[in-house]
Order: sequence, then structure tokens, then C-alpha cells
Amino acid sequence: MSFGLELIIKIATVAAIAPAMALALTIIEIKGSAYMQRRPGPLHVGLRGFIFPIAEVIKFIQKEDIIPTKADKSVFKMAPAYIFISVFGLFVVIPASPTLIVRDLELGVFYFLAISSLSTIGVLTAGWSSANKYSMMGGLRAAGQLIAYELPLILAVIGVVIQAETMSLVGIVEAQKELGLPFIIAGQGVAFLIFMVAATAEMMRVPFDMPIGESELVSGFLTEYSGIRFLLFYISEYINLFVMCAIASTLFLGGYHIPFLPEEWVNFYGPVVLISKTFALASVLILIRWSFPRFREDQLQNIAWKILIPVSLVNILVTAVMKVVL
Amino acid sequence: MPKFKLRVPGFLKGMLIVFLNLFKKNVTVNYPFEKEKVTPRARGVIALDEEACTSCMLCARQCPDWCIYIEGHKELQPPSRPGGRERSRPVLDRFDIDYALCMYCGICVEVCPFDALFWSPDYEYSEYKMTNLLHDKEKLNEWLNTVPETQPLES
Repeated sequence: MSFGLELIIKIATVAAIAPAMALALTIIEIKGSAYMQRRPGPLHVGLRGFIFPIAEVIKFIQKEDIIPTKADKSVFKMAPAYIFISVFGLFVVIPASPTLIVRDLELGVFYFLAISSLSTIGVLTAGWSSANKYSMMGGLRAAGQLIAYELPLILAVIGVVIQAETMSLVGIVEAQKELGLPFIIAGQGVAFLIFMVAATAEMMRVPFDMPIGESELVSGFLTEYSGIRFLLFYISEYINLFVMCAIASTLFLGGYHIPFLPEEWVNFYGPVVLISKTFALASVLILIRWSFPRFREDQLQNIAWKILIPVSLVNILVTAVMKVVL
Repeated sequence: MPKFKLRVPGFLKGMLIVFLNLFKKNVTVNYPFEKEKVTPRARGVIALDEEACTSCMLCARQCPDWCIYIEGHKELQPPSRPGGRERSRPVLDRFDIDYALCMYCGICVEVCPFDALFWSPDYEYSEYKMTNLLHDKEKLNEWLNTVPETQPLES
């Protein structure tokens, strides 16, 4: 197969899967939150409301794309693209099976951490270029939060990398297969908790949604966005949820591997296993979102700098020592 | 020896409560398609028994909002016995309640000496214009059909 054809197939696959997963997660979030609050949720948009997100997408595409007069227009227009690219690029390293992967990079974990931190730029430019005090405050808060929570995210992953002795995500799954246990049981449970907390903060979901806290900032850095640009922010939020949970399940829960299934068939059951693990993790995050109120700004920074970073450093230390001893 | 007590962090308890609510029945009612069951003593709308009303004006005077409009006149009745005196009988011409003004205090129902006014639990009489909320005596008489049986007194 020529390189060009392969590239087109891969891009088309990712471009089909990413919005589909975002829509599925939106359905789970909307209907799940409705059932958690004991109300029926959306009901009238076909199939008892289960195609509601599609209708919402169409609605956002129809809406007018308003750009404020005093906004920095080119930066304002580009800001959603940065965020979209940063979540879309992460699909490169998610392995659905040893061969079903866009590119098994040697430094997959490094690539994931580097690309995911691109979204800080998008958020910051979105906040700055809107020419709105709420947007600016939201953007600055978001930048502070994303920078603070990137460190525990990276440090939590380093423990896994030390234990697996590789940075390739397929290699990490293979290491868990050899070990016979997923890393969440075999040594990296603390790292998993830190990773999930930091990932939730990176996604700016409740309880870490200080940057878009609607009670004090209207909608944070999203305030001035409307129409299809808001849709890009909205969809990339859910794609980010999917990607973060997929990477967490790859790093800590064994990814596409599930015991007692024939190895040869991994290309068939691999994606299903990975997606079900991902959705299980995402459901937990949705449950957390609808259970807890928002953290205050100082509490949020304290959790990152005073708890998560020291604990993850200790985790790295212990993992390294155990690696040498065992 | 102190008794060992398992301490579950509060946030886990909260998450458990939210999770268990996932499997409970909805408390909301899908209104236009299914109706709520109202208690029989609900203050929905005031119904009028036209026959019982003597246009004594007590309800209109007691009404804090002055939302009851009554007009009536007296008609002479032929004497019940030959050679007797002609009696006069009150006839109700107009009995309107302006539900845009009414505050559902129920004083008119309590004060009526002839049991002509009743509470009905019917609540579906919203209108597009506020002026349409002024209902005349024919409409109020129709609501008499929705008045439930008098409930037995408690204790």
C-alpha cells in the first residue's frame, strides 16, 4: 500500500471515530446526568432523545458566527483550531491493537504529553483575543490551571514508563500483558489516581472547571464564541474526555488486552475492549462531574502543588527503587 | 480496646448517593402527555353553583383583590297562595371572577353563606391574553362538575 493511500485511510478513520465518540459521550453525559438527577432528560428529539446531540450539532452549525468588533480577529478565529488540533493529534498514539494504530511512535508517551499541552495556547489565545474581561480572566485561570496540572500528569506517567521500560504505548500494553496484571493493580494505583485527577483538571471538567465557572465568569474563555467555533470547543472537550480516558486505560488498565482471549483475534476484539474500558472510565468522570461542586482557585492550586506533585514524586522514587530491587 | 470503625470518605458517600439515584424512578412528570394527580383539596379554580347564589355580595366585598364582579336584580314572584303577598326573588345577571387578579386566598369560598362557591382542583385554564382570564358565570358553573366529593374529616 502506498504511503498516500495509507495516510488517507488513517485520517478518514480518525476523522470518523473522533466525532462519533464525542457524540456518544455527549449522549452518556446528558442522559446519565438526567437519570442521576431523576428526570427524563431530552425526550422529544427522536429515539426518546437519544439523537439529541446530533440535533445540537446541526443547531450550532446553523447559528451565526459572531466576532466581537474589538477582538483580535485572526487570533480569535484560530483559537478553536489550536484546541481541536491538540486533541485530534492525540489519536495518533492510541493503540486499538498492536497493529491498529495510526503510528506506534517510539516516544509515544512523550508525544502525548507534548501535544496535549498545546491546548494551553488555544485557551490562552481564546481568552486574550476576545477583548472581554470575563474571557481574559477565564483564559488566565485556565492557563494557570493547565500548567499546574500538567506536572502531576507527566510525573504520574513517568512511573508507568519506568515500570514498563518503554515509552511506546503498544510497548506499555505488551509489558502489562507479560506481567499478567494491569499496572493499576501492579504498582501504579497511586499514579492512576493522580493521572485521573490531573486529566480531569486538564479537561477543565467539574470539579476543576474554575476557568469556565459560569457563576462568576459568564463562560470563561468561551464567552464570546458562538456558532461553529463554539461547537469546535464543545466537541473537542468531549474528544479530549475520550482521548484522556483511552490513554489512561492504555497506560493503567491494560488497553486493548484482556486475558483469556485468543491473541490472534486481537484486531477484532481490541477496539471493543479499549472503547469499553474508556467508556467505563468516562462514566466515572461523569459521575464525579454530577456529584461535586467546583473547587475554589486556591484549593485547586493547593491540590496540584502541595499534594499531587509531591505524591507523584514519591511514586516515581518508589517505582524506581522497586525496579532496581526486584 | 477501641472498637474498629470503617471510615468511608465523605466524597465517596456522595458519589454513591448520586450513583444509586441512577436506578430510581423519575420524580418529574412529563406534563402535557401525563398529568399530575392533584390532591382533592387543591386550590385550582373557584367553581360557582349558580342556583345557590343569591347575589348577596358577601364574597365580592370580602375579596382582597376585588376580583369578583356581581350584578343582579330582583324579580317579583307570583304569590304561593291566592291572595298572598308577592315575594321578590334575586336573579343573578353577572358573576365574573378575574383570575388575573385572584390570589387564590379562598376567602370567598369560606364566606359564602349559601355554599355556592367551591374549590376545584382543575388547573388547566391558562390563556394567551390576560383579559381572557375573566371568566363568566357559565364557565364557573361548568367547573362545578370538576369539584370532587367532600372528603371525610380527619380524626
